[in-house]
Amino acid sequence: MATNNPPLLEVKNLRVEFPTRRGTLLAVDNVSFEISPGEVLGVVGESGAGKSLTGNAIIGLLEPPGRIAAGEIRLEGRRIDNLPYEEMRKVRGARIGAIFQDPLTSLNPLYSVGRQLVETIQTHKPLSTAQARARALELLKEVGIPGAEHRIDHYPHQFSGGMRQRVVIALALCAGPRLIVADEPTTALDVSIQAQIIALLKRLCREHQTAVMLVTHDMGVIAETADRVAVMYAGRIAEIGPVRDVIKHAQHPYTKGLMGSIPHLGERGERLTQIEGSMPRLTEIPKGCAFNPRCTFRGERCLVDRPELMAAGASRAACWLHDARGVGVPVVREPASA
Amino acid sequence: MPEFVQIDGLKRYFDVSAPWLVRKLENRPRQIVQAVDGVDITIAKGETFSLVGESGCGKSTVARLVVGLYPPTAGTIAFDGHDMSQRRGGTETSALRRRLQMIFQDPYASLNPRWRVFDIIAEPIRAFGLAKDKADLRKQVEDLLRQVRLTPADGAKFPHEFSGGQRQRISIARALASRPEFLVCDEPTSALDVSVQAQILNLMMDLQRRLQLTYLFISHNLAVVYHISTRVGVMYLGRVVEQAPTETLFRRPKHPYTRMLLDTIPDLEMTGRQRTPVGGEVPSPINPPSGCTFHPRCPFANDRCKVERPKALPAEDGTVACHGIEEGRIPVEERSYSLDRAQPARS
Repeated sequence: MATNNPPLLEVKNLRVEFPTRRGTLLAVDNVSFEISPGEVLGVVGESGAGKSLTGNAIIGLLEPPGRIAAGEIRLEGRRIDNLPYEEMRKVRGARIGAIFQDPLTSLNPLYSVGRQLVETIQTHKPLSTAQARARALELLKEVGIPGAEHRIDHYPHQFSGGMRQRVVIALALCAGPRLIVADEPTTALDVSIQAQIIALLKRLCREHQTAVMLVTHDMGVIAETADRVAVMYAGRIAEIGPVRDVIKHAQHPYTKGLMGSIPHLGERGERLTQIEGSMPRLTEIPKGCAFNPRCTFRGERCLVDRPELMAAGASRAACWLHDARGVGVPVVREPASA
Repeated sequence: MPEFVQIDGLKRYFDVSAPWLVRKLENRPRQIVQAVDGVDITIAKGETFSLVGESGCGKSTVARLVVGLYPPTAGTIAFDGHDMSQRRGGTETSALRRRLQMIFQDPYASLNPRWRVFDIIAEPIRAFGLAKDKADLRKQVEDLLRQVRLTPADGAKFPHEFSGGQRQRISIARALASRPEFLVCDEPTSALDVSVQAQILNLMMDLQRRLQLTYLFISHNLAVVYHISTRVGVMYLGRVVEQAPTETLFRRPKHPYTRMLLDTIPDLEMTGRQRTPVGGEVPSPINPPSGCTFHPRCPFANDRCKVERPKALPAEDGTVACHGIEEGRIPVEERSYSLDRAQPARS
């Protein structure tokens, strides 16, 4: 992909905190990555890994008390993480589009989809209502809504789930954004509709050279859509690299376990590889490598030192196995709680 | 000889009409959802039969009918030769009910938040009077907790102290408490993360082997279904359109809807195979299309499909309800999956 171009989005040492009564929770810890124009970066992880928060931090929609505690987010070289609310509002929508999981809650049930599209277009572009409506119609056709001329005046509840998600995509595209942050765009949809939406997203970003940050827990969606993938665990990036390498030659033990635990076609009735235990709660992230209590390869060093991303095969992984000094003396995992 | 579980002509309609007065004033007709519209399934002892389909196809309704949470509108469900819809005396019903249990999708909603885990798991044992005394009850619950890889000490905790995967283990322990032979599992892993899903699927397969359980497994995830099932039934708008042993169904799918579903499985092997997105969506079960309900989305549909409802006819070692297959219009293709080389051929 276009790796030589200057990055469209640059996230550096991002840290998202939630101050609570019981102390500050670190939900995203020292996350750095870049997205080039026209590139699709997949962000995967299990619930609580911090993937949605990273997306929300980029579009400036962190829910209080969550806040960006450190780090920088740059869009086209311009810093956007410290913009005042009104300025950020202009960036959001115009330069960054957002697609959320549940299409019903991202649309206003009281307005027809046409009116919502026209409003969004006019917010960002100096067009007359008639021009904006023509543009809205164009967008609805582009996202593949049959009978768009007639559907434009319908209300969200008159659309099915898949069609609603198409409307949401049309809304995100209104102002011709350079980056789309798509947070679980297909999770609420049936498999056959999921394939349609993914094909649509891919086609649109190819045609418009829009970069996409695709946040999902579904490795299948990533495998088909993304150019590069970042695997998140307990608020950090465990591994990041070209999608093919991460899926076929995972470098981090967590990624390996995750790939093994997905049922494949072609191997029936076998036991799935399982990672014992579950992701730690944010209040009790272990010292050293956050994955160490579940890791089969852990050594003394993993209990004390926290690994940063380092070169590992074609990717970068945060694991001491890829360090010249290694993990140190192996530490046998105490058997799972049973 | 009757099969272990035999379901014949099962139907369940739901009345979703507006209230009587509104109907009369606004001259609206009654509206009936045909959630399950004639399902025939047999499940042999010790096997895992899976029902797959998209949301609204009626698969969860079948699960609820089988365990008796809904009475059927028509049709029969026979369990080990006993017709479940027949009224019998209390002890006889409870003796039958003990032998089938259900695991629900959402482990957050299916456990009573005010009960301790011990009491949740002990409830079926108490209800069916399966323990001799308190010590026996305690021993049984502790054994169950160990069976699902929790510790006896977890019995004193409340459900909110556990993660999603652990809660699903508690649901499984509760379902096993009455020593059932048949478990109905309604999307038991779809609320869980993949690594936890793998733990639960492994546990379910281990338990099946150890306790000779029979499963009716409801899921929309075809990869999961492929992994654990002996036979698979594909549902579309309240009907089973195709059922066959797992290998047959995935290797030589016959019904166009089955093929479409298989095409939508994400390709994790990066073979470059593109998913062929199929146009259209599942129509409303209130006004299902005439004839074969799949015909508006089917690339092979002709005039006969629009008027005549296809019957389930034997095809290879399963059944298919499709005119195109019956007439031989639709060629059956062999499919291969890239992991085959790792797997010795099965007969």
